[in-house]
Amino acid sequence: MRFEYQIEAGNFTNAGDASSGFKKILKQLNVDPQIIKRIVVSMYEGEVNIVAHSNGGKAICDVDTSRVLIQLVDIGPGIPDIEKAMQAGFSTASAKVREMGFGAGMGLQNIKNNSDILNIQSEVGVGTCVEIIVNLPQS
Amino acid sequence: MQVKEIVDILNLKIFGGSQGLDREITGGYTSDLLSDVMGHADSGKVWITLQTHKNVIAIASLKELSAVILIKGNAPDADMLAQAEDEGIPVLGTNEEAFETTGKLYNLIMHS
Repeated sequence: MRFEYQIEAGNFTNAGDASSGFKKILKQLNVDPQIIKRIVVSMYEGEVNIVAHSNGGKAICDVDTSRVLIQLVDIGPGIPDIEKAMQAGFSTASAKVREMGFGAGMGLQNIKNNSDILNIQSEVGVGTCVEIIVNLPQS
Repeated sequence: MQVKEIVDILNLKIFGGSQGLDREITGGYTSDLLSDVMGHADSGKVWITLQTHKNVIAIASLKELSAVILIKGNAPDADMLAQAEDEGIPVLGTNEEAFETTGKLYNLIMHS
């Protein structure tokens, strides 16, 4: 099953709507609440990154019996040094975004800590794709 | 312990989201960094913060927090309040600072 959510750049008012929408679907699909929590943290951070740093993008969520795959794809400046971006505390967020309590350099760490696989592909001046996989328990 | 009990004991102002006053509280989390709360606050906790924008409710909802307490006399932005009403998440207020509020809430929850 595949679900797609558009994410608007710069619009913090609606930041979290995509994650909230997908959370409702995961609940309907009876995914384990503890796993939903991990997926929601990961997706929200990716969603906020698109709002804060890109020129717009989308979240493509794919659910099968073995895993949940979320691809957060944006058009934007890209990440010049992914290794540096992964460091706790590193952020390029604007002062305005920081005042709101975002941009503390914790987002990618949160994704890493709550997902089973995190892949980041980025091209400077083109955009970024953050791929998150959370495995589902096999019965 | 329910949200309405801490409202009474700590004499908190209720800005909105009063449908959620019966929610159970399991603890608290004090932070103004949204990703910190996203990464570390568990469901059922009360979030103590000075942030007053709508994203606070987005996070409180996603993390299934019980309530939000705004410190130092801060009031919620209009869209934060509207979202809190929609979601039924109590937004509470105090004139005290984070330190006092956290300490009092900690004592209440630990001794309840």
